[in-house]
Amino acid sequence: MRRVYLDHSATTPVRSEVLDAMLPFLKEDAFGNPSSIYSYGREAKKAMEEAREKVANLIGAEPEEIFFTSGGTEADNMALMGTVAANEKKGRHIITSSIEHHAILNTAQYLKKKGFKVTFLPVTKEGLVQVEDIKKAITDETVLISVMHVNNEVGTIQPIKEIGALAKEHGITFHTDAVQSVGKIPVNVDDLNADLLSISGHKIYGPKGIGCIYIRKGTKINPILFGGAQERTYRPGTENMPGIVGFGRAAELAAKELDSEMERIKSLRDKLIEGIKERIPDVQLNGDLNNRVAINANFAFSNVEGESLLLSMDMKGICASSGSACSSGSVNPSHVLLAMGIPPKLAEGSVRFTLGRDNTEEDIDYVLENLPQIVEHLRSISAF
Amino acid sequence: MYSEKVMDHFTNPRNVGEMKDANGVGEIGSPVCGDTTRVYIKVKDNIIEDIKFKTYGCSAAIASSSMLTEMVKGKTLEEALEVTDEAVAEALDGLPPQKLHCSNMAASALHKAIEDYQNKNRKAS
Ligand SMILES: Cc1ncc(COP(=O)(O)O)c(C=O)c1O
Ligand code: FES
Repeated sequence: MRRVYLDHSATTPVRSEVLDAMLPFLKEDAFGNPSSIYSYGREAKKAMEEAREKVANLIGAEPEEIFFTSGGTEADNMALMGTVAANEKKGRHIITSSIEHHAILNTAQYLKKKGFKVTFLPVTKEGLVQVEDIKKAITDETVLISVMHVNNEVGTIQPIKEIGALAKEHGITFHTDAVQSVGKIPVNVDDLNADLLSISGHKIYGPKGIGCIYIRKGTKINPILFGGAQERTYRPGTENMPGIVGFGRAAELAAKELDSEMERIKSLRDKLIEGIKERIPDVQLNGDLNNRVAINANFAFSNVEGESLLLSMDMKGICASSGSACSSGSVNPSHVLLAMGIPPKLAEGSVRFTLGRDNTEEDIDYVLENLPQIVEHLRSISAF
Repeated sequence: MYSEKVMDHFTNPRNVGEMKDANGVGEIGSPVCGDTTRVYIKVKDNIIEDIKFKTYGCSAAIASSSMLTEMVKGKTLEEALEVTDEAVAEALDGLPPQKLHCSNMAASALHKAIEDYQNKNRKAS
């Protein structure tokens, strides 16, 4: 059976060029610890610094401003926990949005429980944070604003440049989670006015378990892990060398291929959107169409429940996703769609399609051939 | 995650649909997940002659509804009332623990349909 992977915002396969770059660092040739003084160590260190430079180039940063982490989650945790710890004397208020990834949301909830003041900004029905709302939320106590660059569920691009400028004007540290934007749209830390920025390797055809936090020179932040002197003590622990080298190569390729690849994917994505609208009645595209990354299409299918829809698609080899699965076994309506004011039943019947390098015209044709029947079948069973 | 039986009843559900001449209808919304099942029965001489269902829910809920209708069709009301959600889950060769509440919905909807039938009949006689 044909398999069509349309969940590239969940994760991506490691590209062969990336794997080739990584392999020596797992084997005898280059397994060294970059902290060691002898040749093995020096070679590892050199490779690590090259990788750092490639990641820095991807976002217009200096290599010294890149700190490798275990991924996007750790970078997000550090941005919040590390900033509030370093600014204890200044204040105890942070601002974030209600559509962040759980790596931010749950960290913010934890801080709230610990007595910090946290503002979760609303979004428009198109899934966009409004700069005006941030203006109103800022107080003398505010030490951090954290708003994601691109939302992982609906792909909307947030007005980060304006939010960053506002933060700068008020002397507030500004963090953006760029896990879903790098490799999809140009990301430049100076353009965005970002002080802190998170990236994850496995969303850009690199390995899982590696990422980084960008820390602008002079930004007040504490580490959240303590140990050795790695990453200039900001992120102790023997470095994940295969991961770092793979991440570096993936970043290099992402920067190089951004324009051509996104143009190709956008035309496939638009074909998918048009095709679904044409062939399936009672569907709606969730999220703003224009302020959106090229890989994302998120549709609400009325009167269809998410789990049975995803399973039916899986039986045809189509891999996509919806809101996070919850312990009840049903699909939990996504917090992002709910924040956009989409009714719970429609949110439950929503599916996120995210395209990637491996997708072809035939993949989209295959989905458009099969999806209408699947939806029609489930609707014929539905109690609504 | 699911047994072959669940997948079979999910992909080819038996007795799906509405029933114009039903003499008992029961609808239940799951308190756990908010999904909904409606069961229609046609009872004659205390026997469930025909049964149909409609479900908005996960695959386990659809498979459970389908299995339940097969299990109670042709049974007396008393026999039908004895079919529990555990029995439905067992007939499907088991359900994952977090999906047990889904089989509950089918059985509850049937109970309501029988109740509805009995209420209507009491009034009529
Ligand atoms: C927006 C966003 N932030 C953070 C993460 C977490 O990244 P990681 O899986 O590398 O921990 C993800 C991916 O799941 C994401 O989409
Ligand atoms: S999760 Fe709602 S019926 Fe199964």
